Amino acid sequence: MKQKITEKIKKLNLDINIDNKLYLNRWKTDEDSHLNVLDNTVCAEHCPQKDCTAFCPARVYEWRDGRIMPGYEGCLECGACRIGCPNGNIQWRYPRGGYGVQFKLA
Amino acid sequence: MPEKFDAIVIGAGMSGLAATYKMASAGLSVALIERGDYPGAKNVMGGVLYRSMMEELISEFWKEAPLQRPVVEQRFWLMDENSVVTTGYKSQEWAQEPFNCFTVFRGQFDKWFAQKCTDAGAVIVNETVVESCLKEKGRVVGVRTSRPEGDLYADVVILADGVNSLLARQLEFHREWQPGQVALAVMEELELPAEIIEERFNLDKGMGATIEIFGDGSLGLVGTGFIYTNKKHISIGVGTLLSQIIEVKARPYEMLEYLKKHPMVSPLIRNARPVEYYAHLIPEGGYRAIPKLVGDGVVVAGDAAQLVNGIHREGCNLAMTSGRLAAEAVIKAHQAGDFSAGQLSFYEESLKDSFVVEDLKKYKDTTHLLEKNPQYMNQYIPFANRAMHEMFTVDGVSKKNKQKKIMKRLFTDKSIFSVGRDVFRLIKAVK
Ligand SMILES: Cc1cc2nc3c(=O)[nH]c(=O)nc-3n(C[C@H](O)[C@H](O)[C@H](O)COP(=O)(O)OP(=O)(O)OC[C@H]3O[C@@H](n4cnc5c(N)ncnc54)[C@H](O)[C@@H]3O)c2cc1C
Ligand code: SF4
Ligand code: SF4
Repeated sequence: MKQKITEKIKKLNLDINIDNKLYLNRWKTDEDSHLNVLDNTVCAEHCPQKDCTAFCPARVYEWRDGRIMPGYEGCLECGACRIGCPNGNIQWRYPRGGYGVQFKLA
Repeated sequence: MPEKFDAIVIGAGMSGLAATYKMASAGLSVALIERGDYPGAKNVMGGVLYRSMMEELISEFWKEAPLQRPVVEQRFWLMDENSVVTTGYKSQEWAQEPFNCFTVFRGQFDKWFAQKCTDAGAVIVNETVVESCLKEKGRVVGVRTSRPEGDLYADVVILADGVNSLLARQLEFHREWQPGQVALAVMEELELPAEIIEERFNLDKGMGATIEIFGDGSLGLVGTGFIYTNKKHISIGVGTLLSQIIEVKARPYEMLEYLKKHPMVSPLIRNARPVEYYAHLIPEGGYRAIPKLVGDGVVVAGDAAQLVNGIHREGCNLAMTSGRLAAEAVIKAHQAGDFSAGQLSFYEESLKDSFVVEDLKKYKDTTHLLEKNPQYMNQYIPFANRAMHEMFTVDGVSKKNKQKKIMKRLFTDKSIFSVGRDVFRLIKAVK
């Protein structure tokens, strides 16, 4: 099943620049990150799949230079990474009151 | 601002607003604390607000509330890669007062509802995160907020902080949700002129339709795609169990793009311009995931208590009803001057007697069944599509022979027993 789904998406040749989606939204960005990876050696040594880089709907997590860099500015505040990281390695809180993403519609 | 309130509500979503409105209307002093810039700024639904539960709070609210469209048609699609089996129901009755349900924008509706709460006497504190509950001798007596000197006290605290439910988790009312207990939904709002929406969806002026898409809409994963019509926007999204997204390494925005490009979907949204992009979790744990609901000086309502009926895409109504029932229990406690868990358990009992828990009980095994048995999404939906294709393609083969061929196809992949067992299990899970 896994293979079939991956193939389906590949076939479509979707080249999605997530920034184009995130630009649609209104943001009030805080100086401090509300997302923290607790232990980067866990990411490096115990997490071959690096799931957070795939399932995060805002593509906040990138694996770069041997560590996970959270681009917290584009976080949609869904909470999936807190639950989905198989190692419980993400310290998650809400942005400060009034900061973060601001939806007008939906 | 008085230092101590009769009640503090955390979260200006559907459940928190319902609870606040009810308590403030009964004369209690209530503070409602919301982390967003304004109520609704963080909320995502896209979606369908049910009239009856809202009317239990504010009668004939549709005359003044900011709504999108009354829903007159609900369609259900069983979708394969290049085809779809459709069914649905449309009713003229739903186009008239008192209506059945409406599409709404939470960014607008929640703001309006909050104003009703203010009018009823509640104090609304925006841009403020509640960080923890304050406890004294084991009972909750208030909240600590992110503001300097931000402690507030109350006889009762209602946790209506939504699906992430961080505060109930802190109180150890539940453990962290598992990836199989939440769906991750992504959605976009697409802009289109009202007349074009009405033409494409075959609607009278101002009326709305919804489409729930099973099968290929969520790439065969347990979940649904959905399309809702608003006044000048179409909400399109896909929600899938987080456990399954992780398992297949799907990227949620790619799933959304797949849905938008699907040949059955793309004509409906042609030339529509995306204007906002969202992600939000939906509780999917069902009956078995309902946490502890009541403690000394505290109750939990709405998504924070996993009160969502995913099979019927009902959440806001369960949230409103649980918020209202929580408020009723608090009003009773206020009259008795007793805020112990024993007194507040009136909430738990009335929730059990309501449709909320009854419905969740009825479907307690369904999501789990679908997760453990991918054939429902992956084999039976494509099968239904091929069967329809067979029957309706006119090619000179007799209908009897067509039927034979269809049945043969079903049973080459599977034994008659396994098909029978799947049907039986599904009926049992939704009976
Ligand atoms: C994509 C999508 C589509 C949906 N479609 C439908 C539908 O069509 N029909 C339907 O009935 N249901 C639908 N639902 C479900 C429905 O949206 C929820 O069940 C409902 O909103 C729950 O209401 P709530 O008040 O419990 O939580 P929410 O509406 O999520 O409100 C929680 C509030 O608490 C605030 N908050 C959280 N933590 C804190 C804190 N620590 N301090 C201060 N404030 C805090 C948040 O900012 C938020 O305003 C959908 C959900 C999603 C994600
Ligand atoms: S999923 Fe968790 S452990 Fe793995 S890379 Fe991401 S943060 Fe690190
Ligand atoms: S909360 Fe959601 S959007 Fe934000 S980083 Fe985590 S998964 Fe990504």
